[in-house]
Amino acid sequence: MTYLAKPKLHHPSLVKNQAGYTRRDYEGKISTLCAGCGHDSISASIIQACWELDIQPHRVAKLSGIGCSSKTPDYFLGNSHGFNTVHGRMPSVLTGANLANRELLYLGVSGDGDSASIGLGQFAHCIRRGVNMVYIVENNGVYGLTKGQFSATASKGSKSKRGVLNPDEPVDLVGMALLLKATFVARAFSGDKKQLVPLIKAAIQNPGPSFIDIISPCVAFNNHEGSTKSYDYVREHNSAVNRLDIIEGRDEITADYAPGEVINITQHDGSVLRMRKLAPDYDPTDRIKAMNYVQERAAEGEIVTGLLYLAPEAADLHQYLNTVDTPLNQLGASELCPGTAHLEAINASLR
Amino acid sequence: MTPSITSVNDFVVKFANVNGSGSASANELFARSILRMGVPVSPRNIFPSNIQGLPTWYEVRVNEKGYQGRRGGVDLMVAMNPQTWDADVKEIETGGYLFYDNSKELPPHKFRPDITVIGMPLTNICNATYTDPRQRQLFKNIIYIGALSALLELDPAAIEQLFTEQYKGKEALLASNVKALHLGRDYALANLPCPLGIRLQPADNVGNKIFTDGNSAAALGAVYGGASVCAWYPITPSSSLAEAFMSYCKKLRAEPTTGKHRYAIVQGEDELASIGIAIGAGWNGARSFTATSGPGISLMTEFIGLAYFAEIPVVLINVQRGGPSTGMPTRTQQSDVLACAYASHGDTKHVLLFPEDPTECFEFSGAAFDLAERLQTPIFVMTDLDIGMNTRLCRPFKWDETKAYDRGKVMTYERLEEGADFGRYLDVEGDGIPYRTYPGTHPTKGGYFTRGTTKDRYARYTEAGPDYIDNMQRLLQKFETAKSLVPQPVVHTTSPSAQIGVIYYGSTSPAMQEALDVLTAQGLAVNAIRIRAYPFAQTVNDFVNAHTSVFVIEQNRDAQLKTLLVTDAKLDPAKLISLLHYDGTPITARFIVDRITQQARTVVPLKKAS
Repeated sequence: MTYLAKPKLHHPSLVKNQAGYTRRDYEGKISTLCAGCGHDSISASIIQACWELDIQPHRVAKLSGIGCSSKTPDYFLGNSHGFNTVHGRMPSVLTGANLANRELLYLGVSGDGDSASIGLGQFAHCIRRGVNMVYIVENNGVYGLTKGQFSATASKGSKSKRGVLNPDEPVDLVGMALLLKATFVARAFSGDKKQLVPLIKAAIQNPGPSFIDIISPCVAFNNHEGSTKSYDYVREHNSAVNRLDIIEGRDEITADYAPGEVINITQHDGSVLRMRKLAPDYDPTDRIKAMNYVQERAAEGEIVTGLLYLAPEAADLHQYLNTVDTPLNQLGASELCPGTAHLEAINASLR
Repeated sequence: MTPSITSVNDFVVKFANVNGSGSASANELFARSILRMGVPVSPRNIFPSNIQGLPTWYEVRVNEKGYQGRRGGVDLMVAMNPQTWDADVKEIETGGYLFYDNSKELPPHKFRPDITVIGMPLTNICNATYTDPRQRQLFKNIIYIGALSALLELDPAAIEQLFTEQYKGKEALLASNVKALHLGRDYALANLPCPLGIRLQPADNVGNKIFTDGNSAAALGAVYGGASVCAWYPITPSSSLAEAFMSYCKKLRAEPTTGKHRYAIVQGEDELASIGIAIGAGWNGARSFTATSGPGISLMTEFIGLAYFAEIPVVLINVQRGGPSTGMPTRTQQSDVLACAYASHGDTKHVLLFPEDPTECFEFSGAAFDLAERLQTPIFVMTDLDIGMNTRLCRPFKWDETKAYDRGKVMTYERLEEGADFGRYLDVEGDGIPYRTYPGTHPTKGGYFTRGTTKDRYARYTEAGPDYIDNMQRLLQKFETAKSLVPQPVVHTTSPSAQIGVIYYGSTSPAMQEALDVLTAQGLAVNAIRIRAYPFAQTVNDFVNAHTSVFVIEQNRDAQLKTLLVTDAKLDPAKLISLLHYDGTPITARFIVDRITQQARTVVPLKKAS
């Protein structure tokens, strides 16, 4: 349907959020992806999360690399600046953009080829640097645009559409994000929007590097039997540790840690996450245990989803670098140029 | 017997040391104290890619006239490294001098009959004076400086003054250094043939010049030019540039009320990340740069193509070294000209600036940020190891405070509100430069999608041929616009009737200036033009057209600038004669003079300069 222009007309009865925008204001161009692609569900979830959080669309910078997933920023938040960079290098461009203006919300959208294969280094380093961003990997285990080659997240022994078995061990991006101390780590399934939208909202509200690995089946090249990233496989093996809901407001709520019960976690911006525990002994504030749990379940063939880790203390790169509060791109010559008196002193010291 | 060289204020001293022995600071002290006598010097570090134990040299050219190029040949060798003894002794000019540590006797065949040999028992003196092995090593360096002060009539007061400045507040160190200095000096006065035929004499040829290296000058230029984001990856010979940026920022860029930083510096995990960070910051409206060398440029090329095609301002300072591959990491070359001019796959052309010395490193690095934002494209500052890592005597830094930064064509909130037609790749003024918006400017207008794929004037994705060509032609128009914005060439006319011309650029400058004087003195009239940027100004074509033959002097094997002159300025290759020096050492006036005089006979009938 990509040849159809998207109608610009907004129905007058569309509900506006507190920022004065309707849901349509968060949409982008019509997707050019295949019908049924998991990535489109993720775009829809991003739209919903931003709308529900009353985010001004133009205060979001959306950056991506190359691949099907990296095309998606064109399909949401049409009034935001977007940057489709080079393959596997979105994290560095996002880092630079973030350094230039700390006031925008940075949304990095990438794929498994983009982040786990060609861009594994940049993925790791932007997390260990503590860049304040939401980093989403739309993970389908396959190269779609080049027609079905394995990516680095494909499970060992999984079968390609052409019948080839993958000989390599997969890269576990969630494991790496935990290891490198992302301040928020989650895994979700694109087919479960109810789980995904609150996770995206929580990630947006979290300072520092927030990472969400979203298993997002490729209907064209990786949705067959023998794949571990197909809709059927993920539904059968999905093991959610918790379900989230977001409660606005800053009232202190006492956490209730009874197994299987609902607990409330106050986020760094004051909003409250209501989390329903599904795995009774899973504590998403314990990073080491989270790493063990995810690995143990993976060894059993389960795909652990939910909020896997939320850092009790979170800082970001700007704090580490002690940069000024004013965005660097707003500083002028009076703040940046030290002036001739200093230059004369420097000249004098070089004689 | 060969007569010894006699010369006042015009000679070359070379120190042969082992790296990591603390010799570098002592040798620099030697050079600086000569400057304090009003006598110009140009020192050069010749060092290995190593931390400790390998040979390193420090060559100081003393020249009252102020020639800063490497001269070639050595008049006095201070041979402190047994490893390189044979080669070092061989390098001394006939009639020259050898100073060495004679604590251990050497067989006669280790010397030459045509030089003056001065032995001093440095190790024995040190061992007798100091018990701590580290002190023995460090003060040995100061002791030989003391001896040289007597041998060359170097004013000990100038050295002591430098000690006083250096060890302000560390009086114990000051006293021990002064003591070591006089230990050496007194020994030499009592036991050695002071002064030598080569010696110093106070002069007044330093004036208000400053003594600094290109890397710190370029870093300071970036501070003054308003760079607020720097991303870099350590690589010789550019690392000290980023480090100097760090230390200048620390002093000059703290917010007075909070002490917070008006800058962000990130050491990337590699050059890909470094240029990516710089491009991201440039896209988002901050002035950003990276400093690197050849191998870094190779890694960055995909990103450079993106910045060219998506039209993002960014500055790259390339401190060139010997290539290809790892090449000669600690030697100098001008061999990245083509790699930078055309960096990336596809059709690209980039703006290159060629500073001649640290002062121009400061100026061009400062100007690069205006150019990058005006032209919305990567700007390369092409320095090299010779300028970058060696201290030079050069014009003091100047900055026009009244001049505002040129932030280029930026579409503001107000103009969008007024209903301005914003097309990110729309050529409004016919100069090929479109308007851009910073992300986050306006709630409903001015947002666009930046991509490395083809787009139309309104930044919409397209693969239509006419849209592609429209965009590529506009980029050419923009490159044309760059011609008048970049630093213009400098023409040096010796004689209006000279038939021979010379084109040169970058670090060749001091050697060329000296060569021009020598050629003029020899009666060969040669005019010269120093190219300071690519794309080339029309002046370059005019210059070539006004001469019968033109030498193009470069420090690379493949005549890279000549290639650009032929393909881009459409100059006749038959008129351009390449003079190439690319062994990794800085080009010398001797080399230029020899080659020009040899070849001039074949290209034009020799004619005395009028």
